[in-house]
Formats: sequence, C-alpha cells, structure tokens
Amino acid sequence: MSEIVTANRLADGVVVFQDARGGWAEDFARAAVHADAAALQAALGEAAEAVARALIVDPYAIEVVLRNGRYAPKALREAIRASGPTVRRDLGKQAEGQAPVFAHNASVESPYVSL
Amino acid sequence: MYRYDEFDAAFVAARVEQFRGQVARRLAGDLTEDQFRPHRLMNGLYLQLHAYMLRIAVPYGALSSRQMRKLAEIARKYDRGYGHFTTPQNLQFNWPALKDAPDILAELASVEMHAIQTSGNCIRNVTADHYAGVAADEIADPRPYAEILRQWSSLHPEFSFLPRKFKIAVNGAAHDRAVIQAHDIGLQLVRNDKGELGFAVYVGGGLGRTPLIGRKVREFLPERDLLAYADAILRVYNLEGRRDNKHKARIKILLHEKGLEGVRDAVEAEFAAHDRTGLVLPPEEIARINAYFAPPPLEAKKPVSDRVERRRGNDAKFSKFFESNVTPHKTPGYAIVTVSLKPIGGVPGDASADQMDAVADLAEDYSHDEARVSHEQNLILPHVALDDLNAVYDRLASVGLATPNAGLISDIIACPGLDYCALATARSIPIAQRLSERFGDGARARAIGPLKIKISGCINACGHHHVGHIGVLGLERAGEETYQVTLGGSGDENAAIGQIVGPGFSSENIVEAVETVVETYMAQRQGPHEDFLAAFRRVGIAPFKETLYERSAGADI
Repeated sequence: MSEIVTANRLADGVVVFQDARGGWAEDFARAAVHADAAALQAALGEAAEAVARALIVDPYAIEVVLRNGRYAPKALREAIRASGPTVRRDLGKQAEGQAPVFAHNASVESPYVSL
Repeated sequence: MYRYDEFDAAFVAARVEQFRGQVARRLAGDLTEDQFRPHRLMNGLYLQLHAYMLRIAVPYGALSSRQMRKLAEIARKYDRGYGHFTTPQNLQFNWPALKDAPDILAELASVEMHAIQTSGNCIRNVTADHYAGVAADEIADPRPYAEILRQWSSLHPEFSFLPRKFKIAVNGAAHDRAVIQAHDIGLQLVRNDKGELGFAVYVGGGLGRTPLIGRKVREFLPERDLLAYADAILRVYNLEGRRDNKHKARIKILLHEKGLEGVRDAVEAEFAAHDRTGLVLPPEEIARINAYFAPPPLEAKKPVSDRVERRRGNDAKFSKFFESNVTPHKTPGYAIVTVSLKPIGGVPGDASADQMDAVADLAEDYSHDEARVSHEQNLILPHVALDDLNAVYDRLASVGLATPNAGLISDIIACPGLDYCALATARSIPIAQRLSERFGDGARARAIGPLKIKISGCINACGHHHVGHIGVLGLERAGEETYQVTLGGSGDENAAIGQIVGPGFSSENIVEAVETVVETYMAQRQGPHEDFLAAFRRVGIAPFKETLYERSAGADI
C-alpha cells in the first residue's frame, strides 16, 4: 500500500502535502510516496514536528494508487481535497493545474454524469 | 430592523479583539490546535476540506442593504467572490484564511454582524419565518422574540457548554415556514381565547442521525414567560442531557428516553421551583424591541397593478416569475419577492458578490432597505410595491437571479456535501444540479406543482432531507457514493419525517429514481390540485416502492 501525508496549512487552511524533503507543498504531484510502514511513521513524525512549529494542522496519511503511471488519492474525499470542488472547476488546486488524475471514479471528472 | 445599542456594539467589538489575540497566539504557536479549536468554533470558524470556512450569523434571516454589501465586499476582499446561504439562515464563506479572520470579524462588526455561536455546543443563531412581518396569515411578528432570545442567549454563561448544539426557531404565521418542529425548541406564536399573545412550545425536534419531530410541551406560554420558560427547558437539558455519547446528546434523545410527560413534568417543575423574576419580560421591554421591527410606512394601493397585468399578458417569462416567486404582502398593492438562488444547473444557495450587491441595491431602491435569507436558501425582498415589480424583475434577470422556480421541484435545498464539507460522505450539489436540469422551471415543473426536494451529503442532515417531500441522503458504500431516498417528509405545521423507500441508488441512477417517483405521483394524483405530499399521504409508499423496485431494474445496491 502506498501512502502520502497531507495536512492543512495553519495560517490559511490550504491543503498541503509533505514532500521528499519534509517540506509542505500545495501541489499533490510533489507529495512523497511511502511504500512501507517505517517510512510512513518517520514522515508522520516529521509532520508532528511541523504541527508543533505551528506550520500545519491535522496531518494524516492517505492511500494513493497508480493511475496511468501517476499517483492519485484512492478515496473520493481525498481526490476532491487534492483538486477542489467538482462543482467549481475555477476554484482550488485544479484551477492552477495542480489536480491529480482522479483514480476513483470517472464521474468526478465532470460535474455531471450523462445518463 | 434591530440596531445595536452601545452595549451590543461594545460587546461585539470586544469579542473581535479577544479573537484577534487568540489567533495571534495560535499563529505564534502559543496555543495548540486542541486549545484553540473551541475558540475558533465559538467564532464560527471551521476547518473544512479545502480551507477554513467562516459561518456568519444572519439573525432570523434579516439583512439590511448595508450588511449585504459588506458581505459582498468580504467575499471579494478575503474570499473567492461568492458566499453560500444555508438552511440555518447563515452565510458561509468557503475560503477565508485564519490570519484574516479577525479582520473579517471586525468588518462584520462595523455593520452589526458577527459569527458568534454559529458553532459549538451552545444556543445557535435563532431562526424565524422569512416572511416575518409581511405575511398575510401572520398572528404576530416572530422577529422581536427571536431578537430577545438572541440577546439572552449570546454568551450565556450557563448555556455555553451544553451537551450538544441547541437550535431555536420562532414562527409567527398559521403556516409554519420556519420548520419549528425540527428544532430543539420550536415556538409558534398563538393567541389564547382571551386574545392574549403567547407561544405554543415544542421541544425535542431535530434531524440528523435520529430524526424526530418536536413534541408540544405547552399549549400556551404567555409572552412574558418566554425567557423564563426557555431557561427552565435549557436547565433540564443541561442537567439531564447525555454527555457520554455525542450521538445521543441532543434534547430530542432526552425527550425520547424520558418521554413527553417526563420532560414536560421536569420543565414545569423547574419553571415553578425557581424565582425567575429577572427573566420575566416587562411589556415596555417587549414594546421597545417591537419598535425596531415596526413595519415601514406603506401606503395601501390598488391590489392589482395594471402595468404588471399588461406585462403578464405579453411576457411569458415574467408571468412565470409572477406565479411562482411573488407572494401577496399583508398590505394591499405590495408583494413579497423570492429571489431564487437555484438557477437551473447552478449551486443551491450560492450568490456571487455582484449578485449580493445587486440584491442590496434592489432592497434599498424597492424594499425599504430590507432583504431576508430563507432556510430554503433563497433571498427575499419583503416590501416590493406591485407597480415596481417589472423593474425589480428586469434587474434580477440582468444578474441571473430571476429563475422562476420558488416552491417548485427545482427549488432544491442542498448542503455543501463532499465538494466542501469535511463531514460529508457523498456529494450533494451535483445531484441538485442534475435534478434541476432534468425538471427545469418550465411547463413540466409547473405541471408537477409544489414539490420540495432536499438533499444532504451525510447523516447530519444539514440539507433537511428528512423533511423533504422527496429527500435524498448521500452515503458512501465501499468507496462509492450512494443515495438513499425518503418520501413524504414535511417541515411545515403538519411536520413528518420521510419514510425510506428502500435500498439506495448510485450517483448514476439517482436522477432516474427521482424521475420515477415523480412519474408515479403524476400517475397517482387525483388531479393538479392534489400536490405531491397530499397524494403521498393518500396512497402511501407502496406504489412508489413498486415502480422503483419491482417494475424497473431496481436499485443498485
């Protein structure tokens, strides 16, 4: 199982992802992917330090999956969180070209499902 | 409208500065999130999926033009150019930064607004009928009593740490437009056989995980005892309400476990046991608060406007708007205009800053400086002269606010759902968008008649799905969004919790399922005069189950 660590930035609430250097990036694509439990624990330890330094709030690990050679959040909730509201494509990370490819459900790609 | 006195202004300003200090200490790392969270929640600041969310109280839904313009200004300056009006008559901004929150609250304070008690286990924003003071069927204006309750409950030291949140609604007309029976306390203004004003008191209503309709604990409470009796109810709840289980902590569970008689006896005993002289409302104080809500000086006019009638004859769109969005005012020659925030295919309850400014201008020019927020996520212009309707309509249409669907099937309540909310289990807005596109605001919607669809994206039921004629609840099953349908709910004076029709539907099939429900109603009804709820109450759920699950391919799950 592959996981990354995510949180919200304290000062403005923006969703951030822990990168390979222990920093916090706004773009999901820069998230460090951990394939084993030890690496994830170390990453969560660093996140706890960032909480103590009042940089981020509520860090937690989420599962990611490979889709067409790129990682994407497995859960719909996290896919939306990493992208922005599906009903407002002009807002959030997706508006800045940062949305990951949705792994979850094709219907998320469009606000409407054609019936 | 109520105007802050010196005490109110100083109180809110002090509160802003207190929060400014708390935010500074949090950003400096002197407060942990666990220490800070209760403070930010008591000031209406949540952390949601994408960012913080600020929930601003609109007491009993009343907004002046100045206040509405300030909301538009905040939307532009600190947020993303729009706001979201919600079922508790609040406004939510979805993208504010924590570091800006004190400045936003200071801006709000400058127009006599705040976000106090829009979260937390306290008495929340008191809500009321959005037609207060103007409805033709009104017994008395509920706003003065809502304001009295607001003042009494603001930072009430004894009731700031209740077992759970506590919601009070006041309705002043025969027809309940405030969903009072779904509140912890519901107050219905009534007159007794001596003609005295008072309240029928309901306790223990609530939606969420365990939906229950409020029960009447008092047939007639004299108006002078409003606060004393509310105090007695809150004391019983504060003492006996469960604190061991968040899901069983609302007063509805206490009422369910203790029974109506048990709660009534406890409240009446508490009411009698203590001297509450200090809480008795003196007539002069009621009169003082009432004066703030005195109706504007409207000169009665001809009950029919020639220019409106001419336009109705040659402008079909205007005619549709007139039929669905214009309600008679108690003063002849005037109308209540519902500004639908439900454009076909749009996000229910969202308004852009430009739209807020447009409504503020219209309120100033044509509605004695008043606008209202309804629990149905629409805006109201309460005092429009019939002769001004053409101009009001044209200006609404120019900013995309003239959707002629108030009370129709596309006038859908939907919570923010998984597109924004950290608690949500499924998206609700896209379902509302697809349903409104399916049914529209034209001939088909009109043929279907009055029908309330309400959608929630989780069991907490912010979208009031339990009291929707058709309710839709979004859940997550095995990683997929799934939607449960309830039928026959109602939030009016004949309140009822909707019945679950059967297994849920996928996102792909939910619109078709609602279509089947509507087609079944159309086939079952005795004529256009029999609306959905009346037909449902006559035929029951069986025909709907049959068409949804037996004749068709059935549910997905």
